[in-house]
Amino acid sequence: MSAKNEQKATDGMTHEGRFYSAERLHAMHDMMLYIRRFEEKAGQMYGLKKIGGFCHLCNGQEAVCVGMEEAADSKDYMMTSYRDHGHILARGSDPTAIMAELLGRAGGVVGGKGGSMHMFDIEKNFAGGNGIVGEQVPIGIGFGFASQYRDDKRVSITIIGDGGVNQGAVYESFNMAALWKLPVIFVIENNQYAMGTSLSRASAETHLYKRGISFKVPGIQVDGMNVLEVERKMDEALEHARSGNGPMIVEMMTYRYRGHSMSDPATYRTRDEVDELRSGRDPIVRLQKQMIEASLASEAGFKQKDKDIKKEIVGVAKAAEAQPEPDLSVLWDDILTDEIPNAYPYPRQVS
Amino acid sequence: MAKITYREALNQAMCNEMERDDRVFLMGEEVAEYNGAYKVSQGMLDKFGPKRVIDTPITELGFAGLGVGAAMAGLRPIIEFMTWNFAILAADQIVNAAAKMKYMTGGQYNCPMVFRGAGGAAARVSSQHSQAFENWYANIPGLKVVMPSNPADAKGLLAASIRDNDTVIFIENEINYGDIGEVPEGEYIIPLGKADIKRVGSDITLIAHSRMTGYALAAAEELSKQGIDAEVVDPRTIRPLDEATILASVAKTNRAVVIEEGWRFAGIGAEISARIMEKGFDDLDAPVARVTGKDVPMPYAANLENYALPSVAEIVEAARVTCNRA
Ligand SMILES: Cc1ncc(C[n+]2csc(CCOP(=O)(O)OP(=O)(O)O)c2C)c(N)n1
Ligand SMILES: [Mg+2]
Repeated sequence: MSAKNEQKATDGMTHEGRFYSAERLHAMHDMMLYIRRFEEKAGQMYGLKKIGGFCHLCNGQEAVCVGMEEAADSKDYMMTSYRDHGHILARGSDPTAIMAELLGRAGGVVGGKGGSMHMFDIEKNFAGGNGIVGEQVPIGIGFGFASQYRDDKRVSITIIGDGGVNQGAVYESFNMAALWKLPVIFVIENNQYAMGTSLSRASAETHLYKRGISFKVPGIQVDGMNVLEVERKMDEALEHARSGNGPMIVEMMTYRYRGHSMSDPATYRTRDEVDELRSGRDPIVRLQKQMIEASLASEAGFKQKDKDIKKEIVGVAKAAEAQPEPDLSVLWDDILTDEIPNAYPYPRQVS
Repeated sequence: MAKITYREALNQAMCNEMERDDRVFLMGEEVAEYNGAYKVSQGMLDKFGPKRVIDTPITELGFAGLGVGAAMAGLRPIIEFMTWNFAILAADQIVNAAAKMKYMTGGQYNCPMVFRGAGGAAARVSSQHSQAFENWYANIPGLKVVMPSNPADAKGLLAASIRDNDTVIFIENEINYGDIGEVPEGEYIIPLGKADIKRVGSDITLIAHSRMTGYALAAAEELSKQGIDAEVVDPRTIRPLDEATILASVAKTNRAVVIEEGWRFAGIGAEISARIMEKGFDDLDAPVARVTGKDVPMPYAANLENYALPSVAEIVEAARVTCNRA
């Protein structure tokens, strides 16, 4: 064994020729686990009726959230659908503010105006949080357009679901992004279902990475249950877009363990199907195994980490719950930037 | 002051603002090489180049959304719809994204942008190309709705709309594009949310916007021959509405007719007459009358089209009834 390899064995791990330091692997693992436990907590709080409305969890899809963020630059823009908790957590936004948003509290990321589906953090270049299926896609190319206009080399990471990909707006966006070589990565989170409709019941072409062919948008398919694969492929895609080659589609093959939203018992799929993914391909377990095999971590270490994270999230939930609800006066805030005081409907009044 | 057309006035406003602020760009179908379907962007491609004057595919929802994203990222888009009839395809981005973005993000993102294009009835193009949509957008918190009735207003209001930090729905009128009027040269701004008294009178208030302002002025001339002195108020900004100017006029004349090209049901006239009832009831000597487009899709045949639209004669008649002179 060469000295170099020995060093690798203790300090990190190689995947498909890419070296990942132990520190980085731990960070990726910890974030995936954090998202998993955060979502479980959110589910619990929903059950207690502390969270209202629609609430979509991303359990099972953590490798997509984390691998993508690992590959991205913090200046890159990111936007997604309503299944947004995992992405905004991976971006590094404050978990207490995210939980507070779920609870409709004053200190929520958007001050209690958006809830589960509308998480935004401009400081982290996270632009939503969209409740209209597919709506973020044209918006995403707009961010890419702004980046090209200013030539600031930022890429717009625009995320859609396997159901959302059938919206017309997506193809309008593919066309313009390719026509003008906009720096946009269209990430398709293919979790096999759109609510209760399986992919093959909604799409004639189920290889979604091919959906860009008529628009000259190249596409790749990625094992979205493997965080290192997600990181590696996303890095390539980002490089492609950043160096002026235009957009690319990255289809992430993933799976959601929970129902579509909290109100969905998911009777349209079998227990076996879920179990197969859960026990066979779980992204967190997989990375843990790899790290243990590479002697970068131990089972006991992961158990301890899990305990620590759970404890931390209990604290986050407590802190969020302790916050007051938004002051009623904020009902009128942030409708317009340039309010016109003497015209009807008058700002901040029932009129 | 130079005499120029309504379309040239719009062009001047856009050129001035683009010279002043390099974040402003114009995007839409046929805006660049074709110089605009209605020639509003004549010469702008030559002046500003293809980076800032951008022809799009026919893809309203897509480029409206592109504008929203660009505005969120800090640019100042002017998104042209060839006509507002086609903007229905983009309604999701206007209503669900642009109008709500500031609120939904707790003030983090806003959409300082203008959606503009031709609205109202055109000539002999039938139902799908002749309709008024201002009441749709005026219903939405987070949007401003602006409609100029003459060249000077077109210039001043468009410049103000581009500088405004919110999303402005700027509805031009296809029939008015060739109208000629005196327009101040250089920078010219008319603040949003300010109505304009287009004719001073004492007997009745005619409230009309966009192309109907001209009809109201023509009706006022006819009425003066019949001994009725009408005041004509043009709101110019539909939302938010300068109702103080309208109410002050009604307090003086004690009578009002609201005129609009669009359909009557839940139209702009419904809102304005409700406000006069709520806030100026004691000033009224007669019920507020409304003259609107007929409640039918726009027909093609010349006589039917003419009949479907409000006419000067109908305005005169409504004013006479309101003044007890019918
Ligand atoms: C325009 C629109 N149509 C319908 C809905 C209702 N809806 C919400 S989520 C959803 C399924 C979307 O599935 P997919 O794109 O695969 O995303 P996933 O939920 O799997 O993340 C539907 C139909 C909506 N929100 N917006
Ligand atoms: Mg799905």
